[in-house]
Parts: sequence; structure tokens; C-alpha cells
Amino acid sequence: MGILEVKNVGKRFGGLQALSNVNLSVAENTVHAIIGPNGAGKSTLLNCFVGKLIPDTGSVMFDGQSVLGRSPHEINQMGISRVFQTPEIFGDLTVLENMMIPCFAKRDGSFELNALSGVMSQKDIIERAEHVLEDMNMADKRHMHAASMSRGDKRRLEIGMCLSQEPRLLLLDEPTAGMARADTNNTIDLLKEIKEKRDITIAIIEHDMHVVFSLAERITVLAQGTPLVEDTPENIKGHPKVREAYLGESA
Amino acid sequence: MFGLDKRDTTLLLIVAALVALAPFLLNPFPENSDLAQFNAGYPDLMQRFVIFGIFAIGFNILFGLTGYLSFGHAAFLGVGSYAAVWMFKLLSMNIIPAIVLAVIVAGVFALLIGFISLRRSGIYFSILTLAFAQMSFALAYSVLTPITGGETGLQLALDDPRIIGQQVTEGGNIPVPSLFGLEMRDSAELALGPWLFTFNIGYYVCAIIMLIAFYISIRIFRSPFGMMLRAIKSNQQRLNYTGLNSRPYTLAAFVISGMYAGLAGGLMASMDPLAGAERMFWTASGEVVLMTILGGAGTLIGPILGAGMIKYMENIISKINKTILHEWFYWMPDGLEDAMVSIVYPFIGKGWHLTLGIIFMLVVIFLPGGLVEGGQRIANFFRGRKAAKQEGKGTTEPAE
Repeated sequence: MGILEVKNVGKRFGGLQALSNVNLSVAENTVHAIIGPNGAGKSTLLNCFVGKLIPDTGSVMFDGQSVLGRSPHEINQMGISRVFQTPEIFGDLTVLENMMIPCFAKRDGSFELNALSGVMSQKDIIERAEHVLEDMNMADKRHMHAASMSRGDKRRLEIGMCLSQEPRLLLLDEPTAGMARADTNNTIDLLKEIKEKRDITIAIIEHDMHVVFSLAERITVLAQGTPLVEDTPENIKGHPKVREAYLGESA
Repeated sequence: MFGLDKRDTTLLLIVAALVALAPFLLNPFPENSDLAQFNAGYPDLMQRFVIFGIFAIGFNILFGLTGYLSFGHAAFLGVGSYAAVWMFKLLSMNIIPAIVLAVIVAGVFALLIGFISLRRSGIYFSILTLAFAQMSFALAYSVLTPITGGETGLQLALDDPRIIGQQVTEGGNIPVPSLFGLEMRDSAELALGPWLFTFNIGYYVCAIIMLIAFYISIRIFRSPFGMMLRAIKSNQQRLNYTGLNSRPYTLAAFVISGMYAGLAGGLMASMDPLAGAERMFWTASGEVVLMTILGGAGTLIGPILGAGMIKYMENIISKINKTILHEWFYWMPDGLEDAMVSIVYPFIGKGWHLTLGIIFMLVVIFLPGGLVEGGQRIANFFRGRKAAKQEGKGTTEPAE
């Protein structure tokens, strides 16, 4: 029984069957990659996990509870954090403030009308945020405007914000898309380090095979909205069906 | 001090000083001089400065922090005014219950409208609030005449019950709004040489309330709640995926700013106990948007500056007429004088909107941060020159 159990999920957009009959089980404390060519339905599937889309059929269970019909903030409070394809951070806020917001969410839940106490008097939150920033090697940037950082730093901040909530499942949607090689390698190292340090399950959607094969312990290949195969990276590499779907080679 | 950091305390004290000394500052010209018409230090206008200041401060909590542009905020101001006048009619002429009820009623009304309007964001939210405000205006103007007085507005009458207050004065008149015996329209005058300064009780009551309102808004800006609101403006998607529900935050901001508007409405009625539907008209909602943007949305002091500037222009520029222009340009040769007058004429009197429009355009294009950004640029310019001077010194000294 995995931490994330996807059964029979189907999703249709008008005439397009984006997902059909998707079964997937992500085991706890593993890195599970979902790969597939463009338009295979990877992002649609991910959106079904976080409450952005509701599948037409099937079920998505996280830790024995259904996530379907819950809104994104509720699913996040259950313990799923998501990193977006383009880093989604609070651009107008400073790096430290960015990091404080998930700390508030972790401490106070989804809403707290805390209108008359000063931000700067929330010592526990600040301490926690500073601590995560140090972990992420971003302590020196704490007073920078988040929007003015490089893409790699924004990604690092976003991952840090997700981690500060201590999620049980971290979803990464093409975390290295559009990054330079050096930034990509930094991100891989960061994710490896995270995996070593804590008990966390990571589900990653990725295009870049270099990233997938350096991180994943299990790989699911998605093609035209259905899972093709699920196996270990070694077996996936030589799988004829994968080569066909991915590289267009005739087997 | 007061739980604020040093910079905010300084700002609060500066505003307090300006507000306290306003009767002097706004009356810089001697009573009978040509420039006396630029004096803004009379009670009526000073009251309007601070009341609209409160209105804009509250609007800024919603618009400046969350970025939700409400286009119907005057509805809450109007509702507050009606509530206050009803309190004068039914209970007593003391302004405290009137203002309290105005704030509560406006808050409840804002909760209702906000609950529906905040289901949408961006332009749809603005249109929804505009629709609600216009609906309120139309209702107040016609259907709800028994409550609102319709076209004539809601006025006090001699036979109003005023159950715990005085129903009729000894002279047989309707009593005036007061604060435990201090009548709002009472003033003390101080003549210093040719200058005449007026200190009005109503103004100082409004001013103290505005300072409290300003203080609360600073606290909100600096609180975790304020930070969440800024996060909503910055990236609502990330906020939702961080486990926070943005709806209650925006609704709370909406209700708070509605209550500020209600407070302003209640004060308006306390200064002059009547309320009309035109206070809810969409131009009134637009005016507070202009004030906030002109002063600087999202800044603490901006809305107050914007409100002051617009009310000054509305009351001072609009009073300049052709005769006054001729007086100004009398020293010119005849033809030139007439030409000059006809050039300036469209910008004054009823044409003050044109002047306002041009200033607004210039501010939005060249100072997107409003008057506050203008002030900052000037400050930076001088600071830069000072720094450059010091730097120059720094490089010469080692050589010596």
C-alpha cells in the first residue's frame, strides 16, 4: 500500500481523453518519476492530485484518505506540497517573508485573523524561516525581493518553502524546465540532499532523462493518457515499449 | 512606541502633528489678502479632509494590500451615513452611538456584498461591487424611500423621538450633534494680526478618530494578516498551494475596509446630520479609487495625501472664477490678459475635473507609486547629493 494510490483515474476535456485508466502507486519514502512524451497527460495527472482538477472517474487516495473534491489548501494541509513548472513564489515579498508564509500555514492552519500583532514579534516563525533558509544556503539573500532573484534561486526558494511545511509527499512538476545545466545539476544535488536528510516521498514529473535517472527509484511511463510500464530505472532504460513511445523508434 | 517600530512611530507622530496644526498650516494667507481664497483652514473643508482620509485609509487596506479593486465602496459610506442619521432620529444626538452603529451596519453590509463579490477576482470582482453599489444607490433613491428619504435624503425633524436625548431645544429647534455636550459645529477663533485661525470641535473629533484609524491601519499593515494580504496580491496560487485559504483573508480585508467606510459615513453624518443617496453614487466610489492611487496605493500615508489633494482641489480650484482670473492677470496688456484668461479658464471653476484628470494622468504615468513615490524620489535625490558629497570628501581625505 503506497502513500499515494491512484485507481482507475480518467479525465476528459471535451473531445480529448487526457487520462484514461491510470493506476499508480507511489511507495512511501521513495522517489517516483512520471515520464512521458509531450501531451501524455503528466501535468493533468498531477493537477488531479492537488485539487486543481477533479478526475471524471476513479479515485486518488493519499495516506488512506481521498483527496478528490478537496480544495488545494486542504490537500496541502493533508501533507502534499507542490512545486510548479515555473517557480511560483511571492515576487513582491522578501525572501524571508516568502519563507515565513508556509511557516504560518504550518503553525496556524488555513486561516488565522492575526491582525494586531507585529510580524516581527513572531519569533518562532522567524527562527524557523531563517533555519530553512540556512538549510537552503539562502540566508544571505533573506532581504532580497524574491522577484529579483535568478531562476535557479527562485526554484530553490520554492522547494524550501515546500519543505518548511514538512510535507509527507513532495510533488515536483518539471523542476528543471528551462534551466541552465549548472542550475539543473544544483537542483538535482539539492533534491538528493533532501532525500538523504528526511523521510519524504517525492513524485517528480520530468522531461530531462538526466534528472530522472539520477533521482528516481521507480519510474512510470505515461503515453497518451495511460501508464505504459512501471519499473525500476534500469529496466526502463532498455524497455522496447518506452523507446518506441519516447523516441519514436520502431521496436 | 504603541507596538510600532521607530519609523512607523515617527510617521504616526508626523501625521498627528500635521493634523493637530492643520488650522494653522491650511491658513497660511492673511484673511483679507488676494491669496486668502487658497486658505483651506475652514471647519467644513478640514472635516472633509480627515473624513475622506479615513475612507481612503480603509480602501487602501483592501486595494493596496490585496489588489482587489472595489468599485463600490461608497455604498458602505452611504449605509454608514443612513445608520448614523437614524440613530440621531431615534436615540439621541450623541455621536458615539451613531458612529458605532454606522460601523456595525457597514460591516454587516460589507460581509454580505463581499461574500458574494469575492467569489470572483480581477475585473469581475470590480464589476460585481460596482453593480451592488449602484443597486444600493437605486434602492436608496426610490424603493427604500421610507428608510432613506429618497430624493430629498434623510433629514432630522422636530417630531423625531430621540428617546434618550433631547427632542427639541429650548429655542424650539432641532438639536445639533454633540459629544456629551460638546457641539460639533462649535468653534473657537484666534485672530493673530491679519490672520484668522478657526479651531472647530467637529474637526478635532474627526481628527482624533482618523489618527486612531491610521494607527490601526499601520498595525494591520505590519501584522501577519497584512503579510498574508500582500501575499494574495503577489501570488494567490502559491498561497492556496501553501495550505492557506485566501477567501477568508480577502473577506476579512473587505469587511474591515467596509467598516472604515462606514466610520467615514457616520462621521460625515455627525458633522452635518443628513444623508443622501448621492453619497453612494458610482462617482463617489471612483473618487476614493482616485485618492488612493493618486497618493500611492499600498503605502501607509498615500491615501491621506491623495484624499487631501483631491478635496483641496474640489473645494479651492472650483471656487476660482473668471473675475478672479481677470484680477490675477490685470497687469498684462488687454489682449494678452483676455487670452491668458481664456487659456486658464477651462481648468478652473467647474473645470477643476480637467485639472484633476491631468494631474492624475501625470502621476500614473510618471509616478506609478503616487505622491509618496514623488516624495521618495525627491528625498533620494537630496540624499544622493549628500552621499556624493560625503564620498567626495572620503576620497580627498586620504590624499591629505
